[in-house]
Amino acid sequence: MPAIPRDTKGLPAIVAREVSKTFRVPQERKHTLKERVLHPRSRTRHQVFHALNDISFAVAEGEFFGIAGRNGSGKSTLLKCIAGIYGVEGEIWRRGRVSTFIELGVGFNADLAARDNVILNGIMLGLSPREARKRYDSVIEFAELKEFEDLKLKNYSSGMYVRLAFSVAIQVDADLLLIDEILAVGDASFQQKCFDVFNRMRDSGKTIVFVTHDMGALNRFCHRALLLERGSQVYIGDPQEVGDQGQRQPAVPQGRRMTLRARVSFMVEVEDPQASVYVHNEEHKAVLVASTVLEHEHSGRFRSGEQAVFSFSFDNVLAPGRYNPVFNLAHRGSGLDVIDRFEGAFSFVVTAQQALGGIVDVPVEVVVERGESVPGGDLPPSLELPV
Amino acid sequence: MSAGTVPYESLGRPIRGPRALNDDPARFWHLTFNIAVNQWKLRFFGSALGYLWQLVRPLLLFTVLYVFFTKIANVNGAHPGDHSYDNYGAQLLGSIVLFTFFSEATMGSVRCVLDNEALVRKIQFPRMVIPLSIVLLSMFNLALNLVVVFVFALLAGVRPMLTWLELPLIVAVLAVLVAGLSMLLSSLFIYFRDIQPIWEVINQILFYSSPVIIAVPAVVKAFGPKTALSPRALDVPWLAHVYMSNPLAVILQQFRHAMINHATPSPAAVLGSDVMLLIPIGIVIGVFVFGFYVFNRTAPYVAENL
Repeated sequence: MPAIPRDTKGLPAIVAREVSKTFRVPQERKHTLKERVLHPRSRTRHQVFHALNDISFAVAEGEFFGIAGRNGSGKSTLLKCIAGIYGVEGEIWRRGRVSTFIELGVGFNADLAARDNVILNGIMLGLSPREARKRYDSVIEFAELKEFEDLKLKNYSSGMYVRLAFSVAIQVDADLLLIDEILAVGDASFQQKCFDVFNRMRDSGKTIVFVTHDMGALNRFCHRALLLERGSQVYIGDPQEVGDQGQRQPAVPQGRRMTLRARVSFMVEVEDPQASVYVHNEEHKAVLVASTVLEHEHSGRFRSGEQAVFSFSFDNVLAPGRYNPVFNLAHRGSGLDVIDRFEGAFSFVVTAQQALGGIVDVPVEVVVERGESVPGGDLPPSLELPV
Repeated sequence: MSAGTVPYESLGRPIRGPRALNDDPARFWHLTFNIAVNQWKLRFFGSALGYLWQLVRPLLLFTVLYVFFTKIANVNGAHPGDHSYDNYGAQLLGSIVLFTFFSEATMGSVRCVLDNEALVRKIQFPRMVIPLSIVLLSMFNLALNLVVVFVFALLAGVRPMLTWLELPLIVAVLAVLVAGLSMLLSSLFIYFRDIQPIWEVINQILFYSSPVIIAVPAVVKAFGPKTALSPRALDVPWLAHVYMSNPLAVILQQFRHAMINHATPSPAAVLGSDVMLLIPIGIVIGVFVFGFYVFNRTAPYVAENL
């Protein structure tokens, strides 16, 4: 594990020690007293979902620390654990005042004017009422909303709303900022403004934890990063390395036979599910679709808790480029009643000697016949094969 | 320094996820107070008549009950020399205002955690703020409504009494009971969604079984020995003790006794001794402690169980 920056004085800002988080997902939730009284014996069965397994790391004071991973890798859950929103197994220590950017404008009330909202939000984030009132002017100024301060928030445009929320959050003057991928919202200039602010905060020595799946942003800002995969810590250290590992994609040479496999854990009982795979190219066009419908229409009954692997093998005739397989599991029938969809989480690259420009490179037999009288020479010229 | 060499011992206490309370009572109070004030602004500044609407509801209820029970049903058939029914109107209005506080705060708290789902899922703050801000909001209303009660009482001829000083104590005991129920109901609602209709029914029952409309002397008489004046009495005097063990009954009756009319018996008098008051007081404390315990236990997992 690489060292955290040398200039750290004293204790780290965040320490996580063997942090795990499991969610118990009830398979059939009882929501009323009546149901419990009528069926006292039937215990709710739970599916235990391990969102985080045994995560340990330390973040030094003044460090810009990234948490990266694909969708569903547990990075937002980890951030919420650090923020203290979820209870955890294991231990997390934190020092200093925290400001969380998990979602902007949480707790804003659309029926109140900017002033009340700014002050209330400031108090929620940890300011005293006096501090919150004192900072109000600079918040409004930063958000560039001076002329709209008496307007109720419901009359704000979404841009104004986000600007206000963001200004409140950064005015809180925390020592520790926890930032989820909020930068996905807002226009480009607003995003730039956010990044400018974060850079300024980093330079002024604040500790920042930043969750993203954007490896580019990771490289630009972070001192160090943690890579999560399915809730486990795979790598911690150089963000460049995290970026490379995160983008790891298998290269498949053209012309060989290849197989896409999807492992499915059933949480509920399903009869004759239809599994299909869509292979999308970079233009998001499905170039290949395969399904169990044709050959395994009655795929059978899968019990809850059972696991199954669906394999799709084909001769790889795809043109060179990057492909995104989407796996789709649906109930029997039209295939529109989707049980689950696994999308954008991984991609593969097809390599070939040369790219001819087609979508697929199906083996083509190319023959040239020449002479005074070629068989079939009476065909109209437009149907002749281009050589 | 890798995670393995971190000096864990010197880090102090780890965070354990969301809690019901925090370490900073000032922040807790500011948060509760500001949420309540904002809700209050929302409720009154939004409509032109503002606070009047808040007042109209108990007043309307009062008018209907007063006209029906004194002019039509004539429940207050006091025999000559019995002054316990004097100023029944002021007694009734006071009870209605206190009960309105009770039902408004408890009914409002049932759904409160769910209604603030966004906050609970996204922000770390002491969770207890949510139900307690609702109790506080209802207390603002109670304070204003009590002014009306006292104006009404003075107009009706009640003379200021030294026992009016008991008012803060009575309101405090009621507030503790309400806060306990709020914590209990709001955390139970996360697991049992039918708490809401159940509590509505219980509220109705409490309304009719507590001394809001009913006057306590009538209850005592009904449970007491058969006499010429009350030939249909049940003759089981201990039922009056059971009746007065309901903390809400004690609070309402103490209010009537100390604020409006000394001739109506104090709860201690009905129970026979001051020591017996320990039962309802014990219930109030028990409800509060139990509510706190349940809320505290569920607080760390609220975000994932909603």
